[in-house]
Amino acid sequence: MTAPRDTFGRPIVVVTGMGIVTSLGAGKSDNWKKLTAGESGIRTVTRFPIDGLRSTMAGTVDFVTVDPPSSTALTERLADMATEEALEQAGIGSRGDFPGPLFLAVAPVEVEWPQRIEVGLAVGKSDLGVEDVLRISGGGKYAAYHHRFMFGSVAGHLAEKFGTKGSPISLSTACASGATAIQLGVEAIRRGETDAALCVATDGSVNPEAVIRFSLLSALSTQNIPPQGASKPFSKNRDGFVMAEGAGTLVLESYQAAVARGATILGVVAGCGELTDSFHRTRSSPDGKPIIGCVNKTLVDAGMTPEQIDHINAHGTATPENDKMEYLGISAVFGERAKQIPVSSNKSMIGHTISAAGAVEAIISLLTLEHQRIPPTINYDVPDPAIPFDVVPNKARDARVTAVMSNSFGFGGQNASLILTREPV
Amino acid sequence: MTAPKEAWITGIGIISSLGEGLDAHWDALNARRINIDEKRFAPYMVHPLAPVSFDAQIPKKGDQRQMEAWQRIGTYAAGLALDSAGLKGNQEILGRMDMIVAAGGGERDVPVDLAILQAYIKGNAGPAFLNERLMNDLRPTLFLAQLSNLLAGNIAIVHGVSGTSRTFMGEEAASIDAARIALARIESGQSDIALIGAAHNGERTDLLILYEFGDFNLKDKFEPVWARDQRGGFALGSAGVFLVLESREHAEARGAKPYARLSKVVADLAQRKQPGAVTKSLDRLWSKLGVADNGALITGATGVEPVTSEEKAFLREHPGTAVRGTGTSFGHTLETQFPLGVALAALSISKGALFPPNDPTGLEVELSRQPSQIVVMGVGHWQGEGMALVEAIK
Repeated sequence: MTAPRDTFGRPIVVVTGMGIVTSLGAGKSDNWKKLTAGESGIRTVTRFPIDGLRSTMAGTVDFVTVDPPSSTALTERLADMATEEALEQAGIGSRGDFPGPLFLAVAPVEVEWPQRIEVGLAVGKSDLGVEDVLRISGGGKYAAYHHRFMFGSVAGHLAEKFGTKGSPISLSTACASGATAIQLGVEAIRRGETDAALCVATDGSVNPEAVIRFSLLSALSTQNIPPQGASKPFSKNRDGFVMAEGAGTLVLESYQAAVARGATILGVVAGCGELTDSFHRTRSSPDGKPIIGCVNKTLVDAGMTPEQIDHINAHGTATPENDKMEYLGISAVFGERAKQIPVSSNKSMIGHTISAAGAVEAIISLLTLEHQRIPPTINYDVPDPAIPFDVVPNKARDARVTAVMSNSFGFGGQNASLILTREPV
Repeated sequence: MTAPKEAWITGIGIISSLGEGLDAHWDALNARRINIDEKRFAPYMVHPLAPVSFDAQIPKKGDQRQMEAWQRIGTYAAGLALDSAGLKGNQEILGRMDMIVAAGGGERDVPVDLAILQAYIKGNAGPAFLNERLMNDLRPTLFLAQLSNLLAGNIAIVHGVSGTSRTFMGEEAASIDAARIALARIESGQSDIALIGAAHNGERTDLLILYEFGDFNLKDKFEPVWARDQRGGFALGSAGVFLVLESREHAEARGAKPYARLSKVVADLAQRKQPGAVTKSLDRLWSKLGVADNGALITGATGVEPVTSEEKAFLREHPGTAVRGTGTSFGHTLETQFPLGVALAALSISKGALFPPNDPTGLEVELSRQPSQIVVMGVGHWQGEGMALVEAIK
């Protein structure tokens, strides 16, 4: 029997339930089958007109619809689905009574165009001003839109539905949000505040304005045809990320509590680390120091050395900048091993699930540990000689994997990494 | 488990409709000053940000241009807090300082939105219209100026706070949780020093519309927060408040002077469909604080009904407590209201006096003695509630 505490004397944090939704499908089984088959979930957007857009493809979750449609409602529904799957697997608590707090990674929220247009049309006068909109906004007719477009609305819903305890936390660390949600859960369990935490990350925000905003920052791939070929992490001809939707939920527990209730342990969150980059709003410090520091902090937190990591689930967005900086950071820490260690980017298949990515990819990392098989980086036909990673090109690979590092880097200088292991270290 | 570490408030930065800095705020509160603009957005009203020269804390114009007003307000207040803690430019500490910001989002480009709506109303909007207009009319940098986590990003860039950076969202509760998590991390040794806070620009028509959907805006005539019984509602306010929180050991080792100790932060999410749920939740939270000196309480009460009545029901259970509602003097500043309350509590503890009541209804009473503990309360206008205990250092 393993000691319930790690080498630092902290409670060991394990994963006992996982749920996932991506453009590839709902659930671990479907996603794993398609990820290891090298399938892409990226397709030409059909949810709204794509006329005039520079990027016309995305990893939309088209098999889930919400009525009335909004990105926030879809975001919430995806979180519901992933959480139901995770709780079913964990078998913890009882229905609607989860014995711990909620940490939710979610995109920032605002009123969306369909609702804005609905209210505008209700004014009915063509030279409308703000005062005209204000005059008809009150009285309860649009009360549901207040609730829908509050930042805390998705967390409030999940907390009520799943009966999490205390004040639910909604957070955003941009593209690192999913990892931060897991980190907050790990910290709460290590502090001994709780035996369990529900960590959810969700993003359903492929809508015209969101696509255009990223497009105006030149962050998105414009290789629209074929859409499945657009996301090319680590390739020389990569030209940006592909927006995508998805959700991931992890049930975290202290090892002691999980063992005590006879739960199946799916893996261990051995370490978490984060370090802010104060160089620029969207670009990494050219010396890579914040990424290097983030990776090193994570290793220190796990009490591990680079030699013990045998797979990296990369952030790998396929933007020219990210992939270059990720190689710089990894190679500085891992030295020559950076060229040997398998480094794969799930985003080649599922796109960038933004706020959800850190959790979605942590779950794929745990599935990698479970199946001892590494999903490929697809669309890897023109290697970038400046990034000599072993990217597990195009075909899944069986491998002995005991510890995975999963990286997430985001706008605003957000860097977060996780180390996931099969067994307590 | 080792005993929790003590956490001290060693830095306070505050700008609001009442001015800038601790002295200006202490004077304004003692003069019972209220800065309310009832004309600009009539029939709605707002507590506008007092004039401020952003250059003083955000020296590069290029940085200022990259920010929306709420980010400038917050980055400015964060700079004041670091100054107040004696940490400005201390790269060794700033480089490992943890940051938790409570944030909403930035202002939309309202003229762009209105022009698009006008075309829809005229029937001139084909399927490609929205894409075309947004592609042409949205400023590329506006996205970053609106993005929630970019307040923290700007604080990192401008002031060099670059240990860790987390942004919590979710209106009023976000900043209660920011304080709660920062305190828990310091108490447990997961963190030595943290910058926490929030910023709000209340002078935004897009926010007026959003809150008008829920009938939350105060209209026609300004009333102090406890005197809004029938109509209910809040007047939005502009403010930025940041606090430096650090372990006692860390503060003592660098010779920092504390304002007060932050001893407890507790929070919950009452299911408000049930009448009385918020009052009950506040009762439970109060019992977790371990209040010994039932003397003073600063609340961010919104004035919105029915939740303000539930707050009043809770307050009636604590007769004799000197209550101060920040909503009267500052308006409602959403995420910023709770750190504002903590800042004013710490300031009052350090001054050895609570600022005077500003309330014609008599709910707020004088406190003639020196408070040793002040409870800070935050109840969200639609969800979430929490409390903090701020104490004099022993």
